[in-house]
Amino acid sequence: MSTVLIIFYVLSAVTLSTAFMTIFSRNPIHSAIYLVICFFSIAGHFLLFNAQFLALVHVIVYSGAIMILLLFTLMLMNLNKEDEVHKPRFTRLGAVISVVATCGILLSIFLRSKPIVGDYDTTGEDYQSIKVLGQVLLDQDNGFMVPFEFVSVLLIVAMIGAVLLSKKENSAK
Amino acid sequence: MDNVLNQIGIENYIFLSVILFCIGVFGVLYRRNAIIVFMSIEIMLNAVNLLFVAFSTYHQDAQGQVFVFFSMAVAAAEVAVGLAILVAIFRNLGSIDVANLKNLKG
Repeated sequence: MSTVLIIFYVLSAVTLSTAFMTIFSRNPIHSAIYLVICFFSIAGHFLLFNAQFLALVHVIVYSGAIMILLLFTLMLMNLNKEDEVHKPRFTRLGAVISVVATCGILLSIFLRSKPIVGDYDTTGEDYQSIKVLGQVLLDQDNGFMVPFEFVSVLLIVAMIGAVLLSKKENSAK
Repeated sequence: MDNVLNQIGIENYIFLSVILFCIGVFGVLYRRNAIIVFMSIEIMLNAVNLLFVAFSTYHQDAQGQVFVFFSMAVAAAEVAVGLAILVAIFRNLGSIDVANLKNLKG
């Protein structure tokens, strides 16, 4: 068993267990902390693939920005008490059955399909360093320049929308 | 340069992503706290992103990673707007239990 495989198994165990604890812990703050660990382990998976740019952006965006947003909202609402009532038993049973069915069907599809993967060949050329990724993203001819600009428009629209939505309306009535 | 998939195998990543996605689906169906539902949606998005990167390495092509970059931007926008909506709901109703949001049920 190679070192990479051991790292993969450890990272996967951390990812799955913290994702599970995110769903199951009663205190929302604990859920957020578990989610941070889950995001860090997924960034570890990206590093295992040698995708440095995505690992960096994942840590900054998810573990940084999104978790700060979630934690601030949790503190704003003062929800760190454990008074959540469960859904009715019938609904919970339905949730468990549907998830087990989905998981079983997807896993059995991929287990039984016997895909022809062959060898994982390497072309040897550098395809995922930050430099190459920037060239692919902003290439003149067949790059992703227009979607890139639209993402900036989307982000500014989301920012203005979030500010407007969460502003207190004191001029009502 | 060695391909990491030679030692791990693409199918292990497919199984990991499927299980992670199903955990996210379970969170959406099981919990009533709207913020936990949001976290579950993030877990699902991350499962798909992980599979994108795995297949990007499999095909030795950077375009999958570019797509992950865009999906991260969309996820950030979605979380910002969604949490603003949750704050507005909390101001009006006093709770963020998704079971209370049934005005449209008739």
